[in-house]
Amino acid sequence: MLCDLCNKNQATVHLTEIIDEQMSELHLCEECARKKSIQMEQQFGLADLLAGLAEFAKPEETADAASLKCSNCGLSYKEFKRVGRLGCGECYSSFRKYLSPLLKKIHGATQHVGKFPSKVTVKTKKKLSLAELRMRLHSAIEKEEFEEAARLRDKIRELEKDEPK
Amino acid sequence: MNLNDMINNTSEWLKGMGPNSDVVISSRIRLARNLDKAVFSHRANKRQAEEVLKILEQAVSRIDYLKKSMVFHLRDLDSIDRQFLVERHLMSLEFAKSSNFKTVVIDERETIAIMINEEDHLRIQVMQSGFNLFEAFNIISQIDNFLGKQVHYAFSPEWGYLTACPTNIGTGMRGSVMLHLPALVMSRQINRVLSAVSKLSFTTRGLYGEGTQASGNFFQISNQVSLGHSEEEILQNLSGLIRQLIEQEHQAREALLAQNRSLLEDRIWRSYGILKSAHIISSQETIELLSMVRLGLDVGTIKDINRGTVNELFILTQPAHLQKIEGRKLNSQERDLKRAELLREKIIKLEKK
Repeated sequence: MLCDLCNKNQATVHLTEIIDEQMSELHLCEECARKKSIQMEQQFGLADLLAGLAEFAKPEETADAASLKCSNCGLSYKEFKRVGRLGCGECYSSFRKYLSPLLKKIHGATQHVGKFPSKVTVKTKKKLSLAELRMRLHSAIEKEEFEEAARLRDKIRELEKDEPK
Repeated sequence: MNLNDMINNTSEWLKGMGPNSDVVISSRIRLARNLDKAVFSHRANKRQAEEVLKILEQAVSRIDYLKKSMVFHLRDLDSIDRQFLVERHLMSLEFAKSSNFKTVVIDERETIAIMINEEDHLRIQVMQSGFNLFEAFNIISQIDNFLGKQVHYAFSPEWGYLTACPTNIGTGMRGSVMLHLPALVMSRQINRVLSAVSKLSFTTRGLYGEGTQASGNFFQISNQVSLGHSEEEILQNLSGLIRQLIEQEHQAREALLAQNRSLLEDRIWRSYGILKSAHIISSQETIELLSMVRLGLDVGTIKDINRGTVNELFILTQPAHLQKIEGRKLNSQERDLKRAELLREKIIKLEKK
């Protein structure tokens, strides 16, 4: 298979992207992949390709992107693109516009589903405890503790009844 | 307990027990968490890193599960000690590289390890023997809930737990299962299987996680995506995949036994023979041979040997473990001699039992 970018060399780097449940693959030769990611070495994980991915994701990047900085830690968007790591939690809001398409590329989604931290509202807490009970149910089934599983199942049903549809 | 006592203990995840332990070595879950507003570890200056370390060391010390834990400040550990902990899967290679303001807290059974100031401020890990993902999740979730009450996590309702690398955002969770798939390798089906795994957006790694090669027929499968699916969904999907892989490995084992029983048994006993009698042996060869011996136990060719003992040999023959046992630095040739000696001793002792 030839590289999707240069069409000359054998593609040895294979990227799978899932966007809106549509899967697409990008095949690159090592040379082109290296160009896309400074840190790339012989073995590289997804993380190292991020810098490159951010470039693929290019929304109309204006002068704005070049001068964009996180208001909390001072990391510039340019620097993020180079290292592939954010500087602090606030960077996510500072670079929101550019990160959103990137996150979609990586995860195929842009909305968190799952645990919330302990310090949250009563309503989200209820959701949380339901999720946890389901986990404990799986664990009980895994360990073949069926009595415990039945108890958990009933408890889950009870909680689910109260949940607004 | 201190680091030097650990060598006489078998880590929980190596006990060779738990569901499907003929194929599944261990199940592991890790969560990535950061403190709200604080600069991530890779960009933190001395003062900032020290501050994070102080807050988190204190919060972690209050965890019930960790009442009897070992606390290691990385600056107090030499390179062998660090490698020793990496070999026991209690700390990442990345974490071991530098020692500035880093602490790892490990419970006595070695099921829980919490790294402070890794790529993220907190990397919480729980390991279980066998196919036990949900059990591991229950433990880690309790720890996480407790810590979430002590400190303010960096979190957004939209993007979940905010991490240094955008690949970990959302749940911040990675579930990994370590599999032993010798029959799929021998029957040359493994590439087909692993390429299917990657198409389902799961990743395969070697024994020591990120950036390591698969060796001795061991493969670590983990989820790649962490945003957009709940922890439960991610673990369910991973479990579903693992169950299929277990099934395929079982079928491949049966097929091998049906078609080539004597050939397979020959390989198993030859491997056993080399381990029992070699005088110079590399770490790579040891892993490959032990893999065959494990298969021998799992298909019933070799009897009377405890699976946990074989698992233990995988770890004890690693470079830092050998040097810890010997109590001094050994170069690569010395290690190959020492490794062979240790294997002979242990196996002969087993046979006498």
